[in-house]
Amino acid sequence: MIRIRNARDFCGGLLLTAFGVFALVLAHGYPTGSAARMGPGYFPNMLGMLLVAIGATLVVTSLRRDGARLPRWPWRPTVVVLGAVVTFGAIVPWAGLALSTVALVFIASAASHEFRLREAAVSGIALAVLAVLVFGVGLKIQLPIWPVFFG
Amino acid sequence: MELLGHLATGFGVALTPINVIYALVGALLGTLIGVLPGIGPVATIAMLLPTTYVLPPVSALIMLAGIYYGAQYGGSTTSILINMPGETSSAVTCLDGYQMARKGQAGAALSIAAIGSFFAGCVATVLVAAVSTPLSELALKFGPAEYFSLMVLGLIGATVLAHGSLIKAIAMVILGLLLGIVGTDVNSGVARFDFGIPELSDGIGVVSVAMGLFGFSEIIMNLESSEKRELLTSKIKGFWLTKQQFRAAAPAVLRGTGIGSVLGILPGGGAMLSAFASYAVEKKLAKDPSQFGKGAIQGVAGPESANNAGAQTSFIPLLTLGIPENAVMAMMVGAMTIHNIQPGPQVMTSNPSLFWGLIASMWLGNLMLVVLNLPLIGMWIKLLTVPYRMLYPAILLFCSIGVYTVNNTSFDVMQTAFFGFIGVVFAKLACEPAPLLLGFVLGPMMEENLRRALLLSRGDPFVFAQRPISAGLLIAAVLLIVVIGLPNIRKKREEAFQE
Repeated sequence: MIRIRNARDFCGGLLLTAFGVFALVLAHGYPTGSAARMGPGYFPNMLGMLLVAIGATLVVTSLRRDGARLPRWPWRPTVVVLGAVVTFGAIVPWAGLALSTVALVFIASAASHEFRLREAAVSGIALAVLAVLVFGVGLKIQLPIWPVFFG
Repeated sequence: MELLGHLATGFGVALTPINVIYALVGALLGTLIGVLPGIGPVATIAMLLPTTYVLPPVSALIMLAGIYYGAQYGGSTTSILINMPGETSSAVTCLDGYQMARKGQAGAALSIAAIGSFFAGCVATVLVAAVSTPLSELALKFGPAEYFSLMVLGLIGATVLAHGSLIKAIAMVILGLLLGIVGTDVNSGVARFDFGIPELSDGIGVVSVAMGLFGFSEIIMNLESSEKRELLTSKIKGFWLTKQQFRAAAPAVLRGTGIGSVLGILPGGGAMLSAFASYAVEKKLAKDPSQFGKGAIQGVAGPESANNAGAQTSFIPLLTLGIPENAVMAMMVGAMTIHNIQPGPQVMTSNPSLFWGLIASMWLGNLMLVVLNLPLIGMWIKLLTVPYRMLYPAILLFCSIGVYTVNNTSFDVMQTAFFGFIGVVFAKLACEPAPLLLGFVLGPMMEENLRRALLLSRGDPFVFAQRPISAGLLIAAVLLIVVIGLPNIRKKREEAFQE
């Protein structure tokens, strides 16, 4: 029976193989050309095949040699931190720098085990003032500072 | 004395008030992020890259370079005082630096770290200036075949010197190369891997990749482990070294500088590797190796000199050959590209004021650091008392604003979040992100040179073996893999990284 001895490398290998296959599938439609006259598909195909080969090697060795187990996944920080960033990106064009900053800081603070409501609110406002001064007034970036209302 | 003339040009540029200010800003910012754990030079440069649009290119590069070597000064401070490296390149300084601090010699440890760094910085600056001209001239003779082989060697070097699994590091390089060629192919106009998204037809931004992989994922990983900090609160006094300490430290500084200067130039090298190598050498050479780990001053003097020398000489391949050899240099390529400067040997001739100005600014920055660092230590320590839960939202915010302003689109912010996620996945799977970033930056160049080389040879792949320089570079690359693959050396390499 096949036993996975190194779960971490097994997953890593599968992921890399998947990336390689994905690249090969996407690159399928690009003309390859010849070595002397390479088309846009030549180099990507080469890389895709290499990646598949390496990924497969990793999978095979992970069945043979004992190694690390699969580590635990930091769900809360991942979701909260990236969620804060995505929210910021989504609302900043119309909500403006000031409000978006407060939103980002507030959401992001929740990722920590020691979330404190008042502290998050205070640092959100303080950072909003700082961000507006540095980026809006100082560097004059092209971002609305206050919400843009349509109509 | 052509060199002196060049350096005079350089100082003429570096000493203009605006450039002095930017060198200072870069050096201070570098020290700051060196002190703060959880944010490194790669993420910081990525964060600041967009704001350098408005600056003249030379000022931008001077500031960004300052961040890298400034971080080497700052990193040692936290290693010595709280036994926590602010930067990976200062990790070995913890071993003896913190022990010195516990014995009440924190002042002496900080002094020797600063003096050693400064000495190394001076030597490395001269070395960069001296080596650059002949190397650039050599590089100008390179054709596409040589360039391709050089990049192969550079990327292999980077994987050999990465932590952990060699095969994973190579996979990361290839993935980086694939990500690098996303976007419209310059030769055929075909949009590759763009999923029909218009923003991707220009390619993925280096800022997004670096910030996601090095900035966001680092924050997430830090939040997973709860923080613990032990601050050495006793007052730091006695910055002067005793005669005995000086005598013990001076040769270590010299050796560290030498090791760092050489390892900095090698592909994959840089500050971190230099520091580790220097520590190992000092321990081997010491009359009484048992003192190491118990507060031996050589264990601070050597690595701290080496990491600064390595940080600076790693600019040599970038400036003369256009090949970045570590993740920070990959960001410098990004910075140069943003300012429409194609890194490579032609920079020296087409843009001498930028080239020599940058080199001169390194010496100037080092001078400022050694003067400012010791008096400012109190301030840096205060900063460390700010808890991480208040720090990371601020880092996250400046990253997000920075990445938004690259192209003024929300898409870039989302893309960065995506790479942040990928970064956590890779960290969990023990895959290093640094080789990926190098591959990413070199992807388009590598394809272009491969194309041209094979076009010139009418498709004959032996062109890479027939041209002597190219063959030599490829042989070196193969040798590197073979040597690392030998069971004996592999064991040693694993041991070295564990230490």
